[in-house]
Amino acid sequence: MTVAGLKGTDRITRAFARAKAERRLAVAIYLTVGYPDRASTPALLRAALEGGADLIELGVPFSDPLADGTTVQRANEIALGNGVTLADCLDAGRELVGATDATVLLMGYTNPFEQYGFQAFARDAAGAGIAGVIVPDMPAEESATFGTEITQTGLARVDLFAPTTPDDRLARLAPGSRGFVYCVSLTGVTGARRAVGSDVEAFVGRVRAHTALPIALGFGISEPSHVAALRGVVDGVVIGSAAIDVVTGATADRPAALRDFVRGLADAGRS
Amino acid sequence: MKGRFGEFGGQYLPETLMPAVAELEAAYVEARADPSFERELGGLLRDWVGRPTPLTDASRLAAAVGLRRVLLKREDLAHTGAHKINSAVGQALLAKRMGKHRVVAETGAGQHGVASAAACALLGLECIVYMGTEDMRRQEPNVFRMKLLGAEVRGVESGTKTLKDAVNEAIRDWVTNVRSTYYLLGSAIGPHPYPTMVRDFQSVIGREARGQSLSLLGKLPDMVVACVGGGSNAIGIFAVFIPDSATTRLRGVEAGGKGIATGEHAASIVGGSVGVLHGTRTMILQTDDGQIRGTHSISAGLDYPGVGPEHAQLAQSGRAEYVARTDAEALEGFTLLSRTEGIIPALEPAHAIADLTHIREAYGAELDVLVCLSGRGDKDLETVMGALA
Repeated sequence: MTVAGLKGTDRITRAFARAKAERRLAVAIYLTVGYPDRASTPALLRAALEGGADLIELGVPFSDPLADGTTVQRANEIALGNGVTLADCLDAGRELVGATDATVLLMGYTNPFEQYGFQAFARDAAGAGIAGVIVPDMPAEESATFGTEITQTGLARVDLFAPTTPDDRLARLAPGSRGFVYCVSLTGVTGARRAVGSDVEAFVGRVRAHTALPIALGFGISEPSHVAALRGVVDGVVIGSAAIDVVTGATADRPAALRDFVRGLADAGRS
Repeated sequence: MKGRFGEFGGQYLPETLMPAVAELEAAYVEARADPSFERELGGLLRDWVGRPTPLTDASRLAAAVGLRRVLLKREDLAHTGAHKINSAVGQALLAKRMGKHRVVAETGAGQHGVASAAACALLGLECIVYMGTEDMRRQEPNVFRMKLLGAEVRGVESGTKTLKDAVNEAIRDWVTNVRSTYYLLGSAIGPHPYPTMVRDFQSVIGREARGQSLSLLGKLPDMVVACVGGGSNAIGIFAVFIPDSATTRLRGVEAGGKGIATGEHAASIVGGSVGVLHGTRTMILQTDDGQIRGTHSISAGLDYPGVGPEHAQLAQSGRAEYVARTDAEALEGFTLLSRTEGIIPALEPAHAIADLTHIREAYGAELDVLVCLSGRGDKDLETVMGALA
């Protein structure tokens, strides 16, 4: 089944444009598919959208997530224990896009995409209405084949840039970015932090000099105060580990807890 | 520098680390071109590591396995008891030269951890070693050695609690502390430039052994054999022989565990397929969905679900051949070498010793075989006592 409507990168552009028109930061919520169990995923994804998420990042579980901190590592282990595959993640995306017209990206490590086959994945992701793909262990240097397949079907291969990325590298790579640019707020792995790094503004400024695309900041962002502090600095925020922590910590109604958490973040991003 | 070995190799890393590997490559190239670096490294290899290591003409072993001659390259006699020190001291010198005073390393059997800890102690560098808690249990004496040498040993509880998870955790530390920290990777695996750099530092094994073999035999050996986990001792002894294809076969022996058919093994070339793990494209052990599979070997040092990308290329081109020997065979090799030559090998090279009878069966008795005896067996006594009980 193929999901109709806007294609790939255009969905991302629409999501950021809407948020901008409403004078607020776009909010992207990352959730590992199949965590804490397979049955919960659809309701949790809907809850994130109801809370005000503009983009959903579906985490594709991997056995060796070397860019992730303990929260996402654990979610990955549990999801794999629940038998979740990349095909399941595509199904979750197709279902969500079909029902809600949401902007959905997949985020996962190189090897599962490689074993699925880049061409087959690009075709199936496009058919599922997926907007883009984020692969944290596939830097620009290694993405030629995957990038070509993905781009041909209209999807965005979203680039990550880090505080350590030098200006000449930004100048070389940023013009090739599609959809939005994902800035990593700190040198480190994913995971909730107490505060957002103090040098974020300078870093985002360096990136902004090389791209007209919207910029989203991720890694470490976990509270409404973090989001509020980023108003006027970035165009969007990505929250992963903190959202998973909310799901893990909720005693009764997990979707309701997640919805409320996302609403708090989204409200904090309004000017 | 070349970052690929045919279709294998590369740099599959988080963006945060991309400038770090570029900096590392530049520093390495610059160091190798500097005679003072070569002098300092050469001096440490001679006076501290104890190089050159001997080549032992193992005549009783040769008679026992039915080969004309078996020559043992005695890396077990290198300081800290294994070949790992060759690369550890080279990389620690490089770290110091780069102004990185904090070193992180991963270890499986503990040999690379001990070598890193010793090299860092010698050069006054802070050393943090990540080690799976399952491996810490299996290799307790090495945990104590690392601590004695001033290293901090951090237990890794994630995943399978073995070497691959220790690599993940070391990379996570590196990505977090990238500006101050040098990642001292222990095998010829990982992102470029590590497979090349580790091969270069380990090539001292092959350079010495080639010259020693020529002196002893008056010709090159007919075959060079080494155990292969990540494959650093093997690529170290193979590298200088790669051009000698007319005279010298290369043969890597992987860990067959309980047998390839059982799925409980660590033979990435014999029983694996192409994929991406720990920053490099190579042969790995994986499920159909691309998840990294758990491994098994009696030898912690071979218990890794991938192999260096240059081995993947040597296997693909046919320049080297790869086989697997089981836990049980490795134990036989362990005992055989102990009793015929008075040398207790580590369980890792015991796989190569165990392969000698198979080599005779495949190629006949009229063969001079050079074996890399990559380490000594003290660390494995408890495992072997348990297995032979």
